[in-house]
Amino acid sequence: MLDTTRRVATPEGIELTLRLAGPVPRALAWSVDLALRAAIVLVAMTLASPLGRAGWGVVLLTAFFVEWLLPAWFEAQMRGQTPGKRLFGIAVLNDDGTPLRWPAAMTRNLLRAVDFLPLMYGFGLVSMLLNRDFKRLGDLAAGTVVVYQSGAVDPSRKIPEAPPMPPPVELDLDEQRAVLELAERSAGLTRERVEELSTLPTPLVSGLDGARAAARLIGMANYLAGRQ
Amino acid sequence: MKQTPFELAHAREWDEFEAFLDKKPSFDPAEMPTRFRRISQHVALAAERRYSADLVDRLNRLALRGHHALYSNRRRESYQVLEFMLAGFPRLVRQEWRLVSAAAVLFFGPLLVLIAVLQQFPDFAHYLLTPEQIANFHQMYDPANRRIGMREADTNVLMFGFYIWNNVRIGFQTFAGGMLAGVGSAWFLGANGVIIGAVAGYLTHAGFSATFWSFVAGHSAPELGAIVLSGAAGLRLGLAVIAPGNLSRRAALVAAAKPAVRIMYGAALMFLAAAFIEAFWSPLTEVPLNAKIAAGIAGWVLLLAYLAFAGRARAAR
Repeated sequence: MLDTTRRVATPEGIELTLRLAGPVPRALAWSVDLALRAAIVLVAMTLASPLGRAGWGVVLLTAFFVEWLLPAWFEAQMRGQTPGKRLFGIAVLNDDGTPLRWPAAMTRNLLRAVDFLPLMYGFGLVSMLLNRDFKRLGDLAAGTVVVYQSGAVDPSRKIPEAPPMPPPVELDLDEQRAVLELAERSAGLTRERVEELSTLPTPLVSGLDGARAAARLIGMANYLAGRQ
Repeated sequence: MKQTPFELAHAREWDEFEAFLDKKPSFDPAEMPTRFRRISQHVALAAERRYSADLVDRLNRLALRGHHALYSNRRRESYQVLEFMLAGFPRLVRQEWRLVSAAAVLFFGPLLVLIAVLQQFPDFAHYLLTPEQIANFHQMYDPANRRIGMREADTNVLMFGFYIWNNVRIGFQTFAGGMLAGVGSAWFLGANGVIIGAVAGYLTHAGFSATFWSFVAGHSAPELGAIVLSGAAGLRLGLAVIAPGNLSRRAALVAAAKPAVRIMYGAALMFLAAAFIEAFWSPLTEVPLNAKIAAGIAGWVLLLAYLAFAGRARAAR
């Protein structure tokens, strides 16, 4: 299937699904982090200005720490999230889905220097587009991936209640799942779209118009979900 | 079993597990592994039976968070820092001695050759340095200065900040350049060797040798050593890309990054020490030249002895 997911096997013998984050949310998170770093350096400049030229030394030290060490500290200590990543709901994990630790965090942050080449993360972007896990060069060497942190499921996404109705023909598991998913998503779609989609599985709803087809499919979803 | 009865049968358990992950103690932490295994089984069942996407997603999320909670390794690492500095780092450098030697040749080769060549053909320096740079060095190493290596108005703290910001960045770039099949590291090593050699050769010939060598002697060992080690760490990455051996390139890179980044920890500490010496000791004119040269030589002896011998006794045991 064409999908931006990565499956990770755990010692319990199951596969967990990670949803990979692509270049756009990562670039947005990066720009937020950049703004925050610039803000920290500006504050340091303001505070250090009474110290005269020695103050510039403090500013340069601050610039060094926020550029190289602070992002790694956030990723190693704050569940793989810099403030920008937190804002956009993404996080860095090891390839096996475990939380990041210092060596990997340092590796990927030191190697930002090469991802940045030749200008504005050119190599990083090319590398992300060339492998299926959206890894920049630093991620390749550190063995890390950037993933979406899935939030809680919207409670409005429930299969609407309707009298259960058995499907007229035997459905295999994938077909059952398609019916369940349509019913689950129906609350988030326009009525016209739900009706349009509902007329497609002709063996289930042959000859019915959109509204009645949708009602019938939702009834079948209730049956398939095992509601009494 | 259909989806709804499955949900009804296990909803309480899932809610309890979620509450536990949200740090609301809903059960004894000792039960956590057992409960996590049960949730893992539910994930597998839900996927196998093609329950709806939302339920599978919810269980997947629960299992992922449980996986993090169970497998996040919160081992205390502070005691390892001392161990690393006393033994681990020099051992690692010895283990990678081939790459360290290669990096040293790439860096010290042009550096020493240029110092020697510029004594015979001083005009060659103009091919490597701009007139502004030369004028700047004249100003920095003027024997009339009260402080060497900086302009009169600069302070030690400013220079310390500058050395950290600039020199460590150069070291990190030298390391990161190794990802480009080692070319970046080799380039940075060679280019820095050329520039440093040109400056040293030119100033020695131009009659600034007392002030120049008095300034650079003290911090030369940690600073140049750190550049070479950064380059060696970068070459380690580059080698993994060029010659991955029995591994895939990606796996070789991941394996190479572990020792490489550990070398960078040590190199960063050496840069830090160098910046400190360079800012607070090297500019002093109160200390006689002989003492500063002696301190510089002592630095080299100490560094080489440290890299050659530290951590050996414990390895033998």
